[in-house]
Amino acid sequence: MKVRLAQLAHARSGDKGDTANVGLIALRQEFYPLLVSEVTAARVKEHFRGICKGGVERFELPNLAALNFLLHESLGGGGTLSLMTDAQGKTFSTALLRMEIEIADEAAAQLGLS
Amino acid sequence: MKATVRIAAGQGFWGDLPDAPVRQVQGGPIDYLMLDYLAEVTMSIMQKQKARDPNAGYARDFVPLLKEILPVCVERDIKVVANAGGVNVPGCAAAVRDVANELGLGDKVRIGMVTGDDILDRVDELLGRGIELHNLDTGEPLAVVRNRIQSANAYLGAAPIVEALGLGANVVITGRATDTGLTLGPMIHEFGWADDDWDRLAAGTIAGHIIECGAQCSGGNCQYDWENIPDLANVGFPIAEASPDGTFIITKHEGTGGRVNVPSVKEQLLYEMGDPHEYITPDCVADFTTIHLADDGPNRVRVFGIKGRPATDSLKVSISYSSGFKAVGTLVYAWPDAYKKAQAADRVLRERLDRLGLKFEQVLTEFVGANATHGPLAAPSSNELAEVQLRVGVRGNDRAAVERFTKEIAPLILTGPPAVTGFAGGRPKVEEIVAYWPALIPKSEITSAVQLLAD
Repeated sequence: MKVRLAQLAHARSGDKGDTANVGLIALRQEFYPLLVSEVTAARVKEHFRGICKGGVERFELPNLAALNFLLHESLGGGGTLSLMTDAQGKTFSTALLRMEIEIADEAAAQLGLS
Repeated sequence: MKATVRIAAGQGFWGDLPDAPVRQVQGGPIDYLMLDYLAEVTMSIMQKQKARDPNAGYARDFVPLLKEILPVCVERDIKVVANAGGVNVPGCAAAVRDVANELGLGDKVRIGMVTGDDILDRVDELLGRGIELHNLDTGEPLAVVRNRIQSANAYLGAAPIVEALGLGANVVITGRATDTGLTLGPMIHEFGWADDDWDRLAAGTIAGHIIECGAQCSGGNCQYDWENIPDLANVGFPIAEASPDGTFIITKHEGTGGRVNVPSVKEQLLYEMGDPHEYITPDCVADFTTIHLADDGPNRVRVFGIKGRPATDSLKVSISYSSGFKAVGTLVYAWPDAYKKAQAADRVLRERLDRLGLKFEQVLTEFVGANATHGPLAAPSSNELAEVQLRVGVRGNDRAAVERFTKEIAPLILTGPPAVTGFAGGRPKVEEIVAYWPALIPKSEITSAVQLLAD
């Protein structure tokens, strides 16, 4: 079944120049392995197609049950150069939470998601 | 040595809630109040102010704030650490001394000044000696923007703040310094941590990262269970309650609104983060993958287990330079077909700009209420939307072209699609863009200076 990341995680985003960072934090510890296996840099890049013009890097923080994504060239030049409403990338957090992943029905049931 | 030291954040950025630092001082016991006044390009504004008036060039609102809180701070031995000095630390310090004298506290307020960050006058000398200050993001050499530079400052770390506190200062004013250093400095001073105690330096650094954005770790901008966060109108700004062993508690004053819990602290930890293994500061390299959090009671989160590594040989430098002009115009279109009308207006506007032969580096159109924040991820716009704001921005080196654009917005009201409003703000302003150039400089090139302001 399809599950939206908003059911599995909360998020916070910010900026570093023209790069947006999105932290994806598992709502429960047991969701973290699912995020690690399914929310890959490649899939995040695809999710943000049209928004993220550069590469996407992913870092794992198992101590916080979180992933950190860097979305390069996403902020229209960033900082004072950008013309975007969200030049600081503060709404990229919930944009990532829109992403859907596929989970096997039994796994979903075990995690209490169905 | 104190058993614990309470360091309170007074503001998350210059322009944050004006009464937050006052409430921190009045709302319960704290030992230090730390305040960050410098965004990336703030220094350029301050350099311009100093060019017009040699006594200016610092964060002016720091002075009236101190007028309000100095009596309580002196009475309760609360020290204030702030980068309010901008490009005129002595000027700021003198203004603070005047306020202290007005309050009859002149002999009780000792002002520490930290300087040495400003390298604007040294840029040619540095470039001439082969220190390229190339852009950390693009790799370009600084020579590319040499004649447009407006400010250049190295980020000093905690050490000069520690030195100022060691001289007995109870108000420490710096120029450009890392936000984390403003929190770490007091900890080093109170606990006597060695400058190679990497794990503890990393812990203090991370405490600084957590509280440096003010309420953004104590319930503000918190996505987790946001609707149930109580009383944000009275949100309590965060306090780091630090122990000598490097562990600390994030908390806030009793009776304040907001919420400090593991999720809110996690969100702030992930904010503006690059590679979590390598959070590089002048004082150490902190490893965010070693942070452990545990709830420690209502609105108390314990942070422990942090590891760090040696500092690098460089300091980060923030250089600001002029980079053209920009302007943004907006109009609001109402139901029915608000989105279609806004799109039609955008086409009319762009055709007029083309016909006028105006050239821009970039023209960006957004439809607020439809898809401005999430772009292609937003659901397709319904014709039933109540209203959509057309938002068009232009950026370019030709000021006249940008100015001409600003005159093409209001006419759309009488010469474009119907049911349009939201123009009462007047013609958009042309803004001079001051852009940010991050670079590195060897630590050996920077010497900080610390002294107490003489009476």
